[in-house]
Amino acid sequence: MSASPESHGTIALFVTCLVDLMRPEVGFAAAALAERAGFRVVVPEGQTCCGQPNFNGGDRAAARRMAARVIRLLEPFERVVVPSGSCAAMIAVHYPSLFDDADALAGKARALAVRTRELTAFLAEAGFAPEARAGAAPVAYHDACSGLRELGVRAQPRALLRQAGVDVVELAEPEVCCGFGGTFCVKYPDISARMAANKAADIEAAGAATVAMGDVGCMLNIEGRLHRQGSAVRVRHVAEILAGHLSDEDFAEDDSAG
Amino acid sequence: MQVESGAFVEKARAALTDATLQHALKHIKHGFVEARAGAAARLPGFEAMRDRARDIRAHTLAHLAEHLERFEANVTALGGHVHWAADAEEARAIVVRLCREKGARTVTKSKSMVTEEIELNPALEAAGIAPVETDLGEYIIQLRHEKPSHIIAPVIHLSKDQVADTFHAEHPKYGFTERLTERPALVREARAILRERFLKADVGITGANFLVAETGSAVVVTNEGNADLTASLPDTHIVVTGIEKVVPTLADCHTLLRLLPRSATGQDITAYVSFFTGPKRAADLSGPSSFHVVLVDNGRSSMLGTEFEEMLRCIRCGACLNHCPVYANVGGHAYGSVYPGPMGAVLTPSLAGIDKAGHLPNASSFCGRCEAVCPVRIPLPKMMRHWREREFERHLSPAPMRWGLGLWAALAARPALYRLALGLASRLLRGRATKGWIGRLPLAGAGWTGGRDLRAPSGGTFQQQWRRRRGG
Repeated sequence: MSASPESHGTIALFVTCLVDLMRPEVGFAAAALAERAGFRVVVPEGQTCCGQPNFNGGDRAAARRMAARVIRLLEPFERVVVPSGSCAAMIAVHYPSLFDDADALAGKARALAVRTRELTAFLAEAGFAPEARAGAAPVAYHDACSGLRELGVRAQPRALLRQAGVDVVELAEPEVCCGFGGTFCVKYPDISARMAANKAADIEAAGAATVAMGDVGCMLNIEGRLHRQGSAVRVRHVAEILAGHLSDEDFAEDDSAG
Repeated sequence: MQVESGAFVEKARAALTDATLQHALKHIKHGFVEARAGAAARLPGFEAMRDRARDIRAHTLAHLAEHLERFEANVTALGGHVHWAADAEEARAIVVRLCREKGARTVTKSKSMVTEEIELNPALEAAGIAPVETDLGEYIIQLRHEKPSHIIAPVIHLSKDQVADTFHAEHPKYGFTERLTERPALVREARAILRERFLKADVGITGANFLVAETGSAVVVTNEGNADLTASLPDTHIVVTGIEKVVPTLADCHTLLRLLPRSATGQDITAYVSFFTGPKRAADLSGPSSFHVVLVDNGRSSMLGTEFEEMLRCIRCGACLNHCPVYANVGGHAYGSVYPGPMGAVLTPSLAGIDKAGHLPNASSFCGRCEAVCPVRIPLPKMMRHWREREFERHLSPAPMRWGLGLWAALAARPALYRLALGLASRLLRGRATKGWIGRLPLAGAGWTGGRDLRAPSGGTFQQQWRRRRGG
């Protein structure tokens, strides 16, 4: 289903620092999906990090400053879409907790929280039906913790994948964390790697050639572990699968720097 | 309260490669996680009941002094005695004094985490009084001179073989010389030995899962019946518990009793639910002639009115431990605190000081599963984050992390510099990659590549590419 762009309005794509640096292709897939859903996509100039590393690291003052910046940056936009449950939850769940009621930004933080959506939740809410592809291979699905428990993102990515003709294979323990956890993976690398190894084992056991997920943090962790143990399972952001952007070569044009 | 969390990283690393421990920890999934899920699914209205339990506990804490005074008045009216202990030292002194007044030489104990917290056993031993743990798990721990590794399953870290070895080494002095291998036989042997000790004990010490203000009852749940024998056979029963365990009414207690075993072991109800209400009455055939309750504060009241007050709602079911991916992989001993896992990560620094328990609130991926299963809906990740904030304010967080976060915040405030830095990082990562993958990184990245590879970015940053294609 592709509606003409701008028929439903404009969304601001907050790409997140991990997509920006590590997986630009996820940002393009997200933009393509929002456009196919009938929205004009703007990538607000000057966007950086949502502040979650500082928030979870105990640096509340910096987190508040970073949040204030994002709140002002995104103020002109009626809808904000984030291709990450974790960063979307930072904005939609935690930003309001950073400002006292007396603070001038408190109301704006709450208003932004209400306008912000994780990508698959946004697509489902917009009634977007991805194009069904015949003969698509089944895909295992990994739930990222923040999206799952802080935003209730569970049914949406599965439903969208099924609409795209993709059978969803459930993992043995879908509610168990993969061990990324932001700075957790560098502060406690041994425990984090064991959690990733456990998740990788569940993914291998699921038997699908591809595992999809909604957060680049989990992607880096899980694909890194699968690759380390010689697994051939591919790790893809759910947006890449829904948009049909299935090959790395899709976005290989800037490889010269490598 | 003794805390040895400084060596968390080393202990966790050792735990990850301890094959026996790893095998033992596998029991958590089937024995606790799946059991809880089943119990929750079988009980209609389980989620609404959690809301009520949260409200009961929150109400109690808002009026804690009033409910404790009512509890005290009712215990006193029944002929019992309530003792208030401001800290662990006072609590130990009260118990030792009561035991001495009775001329006690041996005391039986039913599992009590508060007596672990206040380190009662060494104090009893120093006073020439032999404490005998009667909960099977605690009994094994006592023989092995270890500490519990779980708040409701103290020997979850041990294999059956290790228990068999311990009994084989310790039991010949009671005439049991054969090395047993089957679970029921091991239990029978321990029971035979414990029965003797029950009969000889001068004082029985139990904890309490709840204290009921309206009746003056101390409520204890067990599956072994050992609390009943501990409380009823000796002439003196001493209950040692935290001040936060009080609930206003029997009806409130009933709600919490429906949630506790379901959240803990997935049981609808434990084999024994005992209400100890005052000393033996004239018409009673058995029971202790003196009944004492030691109410331990030990840092709890200082949590009231702070961002950690909600932690006092805890009913010690252990569900947060069972569902914690960190706990499930490293076990309880790595934490170096009698209270491990998510609840321990919040409670331990509250009771012992964050300077002594720094790793505990940090060793979490903030996956949030603990909060998702907590029967009284304690926002555990939020409170761990509050501890991290206290650490950060007091400059207790590790310097590299502080610098890293400071640098990151500075970059985030300067978009042009941020884009430059990310562009540079992207180039460096791609330059380091072989066929798109990086197998080794320096500095903080070394931890990452110790256990996994890193797939390099496929191209320049998203914002660079987007500008080039879309002109911003």
